[in-house]
Amino acid sequence: MAYVAVKGGEQAIDNAHAWLAEERRGDTATPPLSVAQIEEQLGRSVDRVMAEGSLYDRELAALAIKQAQGDLIEAAFLLRAYRTTLPRFAHSKPVETATMRIERRVSAIFKDLPGGQVLGPTYDYTHRLLDFALMADEKAASGGVSMEAADLTTMPRVPDILGHEGLLEADAASDREPGDLTREPLAFPAARDVRLQALARGDEGFLLGLGYSTQRGYGGSHPFAGEIRMGEVSVEIEPAELGFAIDIGDLVLTECQMVNQFKGSKTVPPQFTRGYGLVFGFGERKAMAMALVDRAMRAGELGEDVTAPAQNVEFVLYHSDNIEATGFVEHLKLPHYVDFQSELQNVRRMRTEVAE
Amino acid sequence: MKGYNFAYLDEQTKRMIRRGLLKAVAIPGHQVPFGSREMPLPYGWGTGGIQVTASILGGGDVLKVIDQGADDTTNAVSIRRFFARTAGVRTTTATAEATVIQTRHRIPEKQLRDDQIIVYQVPQPEPLFRLEPSRVETKRMHGLADYGLMHVKLYEDISRFGQISISYDYPVMVNERYLMSPSPIPAFDNPKMDMMPALQLFGAGREKRIYAIPPWTRVKSLDFDDHPFRAINAPHPCGLCGATDSYLDEVVTDDRGGRLFVCSDTDHCGERRAAGHIGADGFQEAAE
Repeated sequence: MAYVAVKGGEQAIDNAHAWLAEERRGDTATPPLSVAQIEEQLGRSVDRVMAEGSLYDRELAALAIKQAQGDLIEAAFLLRAYRTTLPRFAHSKPVETATMRIERRVSAIFKDLPGGQVLGPTYDYTHRLLDFALMADEKAASGGVSMEAADLTTMPRVPDILGHEGLLEADAASDREPGDLTREPLAFPAARDVRLQALARGDEGFLLGLGYSTQRGYGGSHPFAGEIRMGEVSVEIEPAELGFAIDIGDLVLTECQMVNQFKGSKTVPPQFTRGYGLVFGFGERKAMAMALVDRAMRAGELGEDVTAPAQNVEFVLYHSDNIEATGFVEHLKLPHYVDFQSELQNVRRMRTEVAE
Repeated sequence: MKGYNFAYLDEQTKRMIRRGLLKAVAIPGHQVPFGSREMPLPYGWGTGGIQVTASILGGGDVLKVIDQGADDTTNAVSIRRFFARTAGVRTTTATAEATVIQTRHRIPEKQLRDDQIIVYQVPQPEPLFRLEPSRVETKRMHGLADYGLMHVKLYEDISRFGQISISYDYPVMVNERYLMSPSPIPAFDNPKMDMMPALQLFGAGREKRIYAIPPWTRVKSLDFDDHPFRAINAPHPCGLCGATDSYLDEVVTDDRGGRLFVCSDTDHCGERRAAGHIGADGFQEAAE
């Protein structure tokens, strides 16, 4: 008998990688996907990978999706592992979403509002019927839509509208350098900037489930979608040696302001509170879920009972990162035979002693 | 490797990790938070150990990597290749030749020396996590050396099973102060940690913690006077080299209950066989 159980690691890895490359390419009779095609035609995948990969680069995200065969968590992981090698030379000024070049902007709490409701490129009112025309070669592309440029000067954010009356809690501006989870490990109590960063990088599915749980009684907070907006914003940094801000590029962002009931406390009059969501790209589902979870995690600060998973800051923050989660769940497939062997001997010994 | 720094991590990050290591050495067994980076290997594959190794590795070091005691398990191969590629250091499978040994789940059988460093990959640095999931709480408990919860767990084990039922990741008290997870090594390996001449470093990447045991430090496996700590091992000699004092893997040889017990430490076993020790099933090696 050849004793092979613990040998052959080197060759096995090489073979596995070769097979993987072949699988990735698929049938060579089909033309290969280009990175540009992914970037252009799988935009929502690119957005999700950029958000969870914490790196705004559409081309690299598209490359990661190609390399990962469309496994978006694997793609986000590729992006993260690249991102971590990049130097951090500055932090930007807060992006000004009030002056966003709007592609979509809806509010659920007002029928109409200054600037109007702008549906933008949404699936919301599509009928989910498979469009078999997309299977055929798309020679007859749909005609372009003529879009009037929205009037950017009169699109106040809904919190600004409510804020005038003092009905919505104010957010204090801060010049403090924001926390950065990618440099400093999570510590508790975690400030809101760090919590929001964790949520913005967090897994869409996890946050969706948690946000959903708050709507079903586990830490409910009576949310209204005050406003959701998506569009392009400018990013500015202010180098110390210059003394003024310079524009370094544009980002597409989705922002969600959730407006929540708050009955007031001894020191604070009844008013609306806020849950906030902000993600790279067009990520409306994630932004909304993030806003729900952000508000739920503020329960302690607002004097509410902390009973539900979504309100437990430690629970949410430690488990929202899908790169960490996928690694640890999947590491169970690595060999554990030494530990299992000790368990085997342990169980055998305990059984013997019971039998005696 | 082109485009990357020596041993992958940039020097700033390595300095940050080394500062953490110095603090960890100064407070044996205490978990030091550090700014763990994403690595090109997944969390759970040893990112903490890899970051520690990357931070301490120099051009003249000789690296050995083991997983389950073996040099040729896939993950050990992968990590060894990673450093061969990114740092260009010499690698070895011989315990005695290595200056740095990165390990998952085992301590080599051969006694380590004071010019060696062993780096453990740690999945869960918090020894109390099964008893108290909140890290805010466990941090407080470590601060107050309030380890009653763990003693109660061990006591309950004894009252239910007549013995302590932990067989790996068996909690230890370091320098009579901090309760520490030895990482998921079998309890069999725990006594090797006590007064070890080599520096022991522990890295937990996903949990972002580093800790350490300086050379010649007391490491005691938790127990009671009337229920002393007992290491567990299969009651057999190694089938290949005949060793009776090494930790054994159980290899299933057929579907009729056949078993072969062999050293988990492949270097140790190979060295013994090279020196002429032959176990009851040793012929199998020769037939290969």
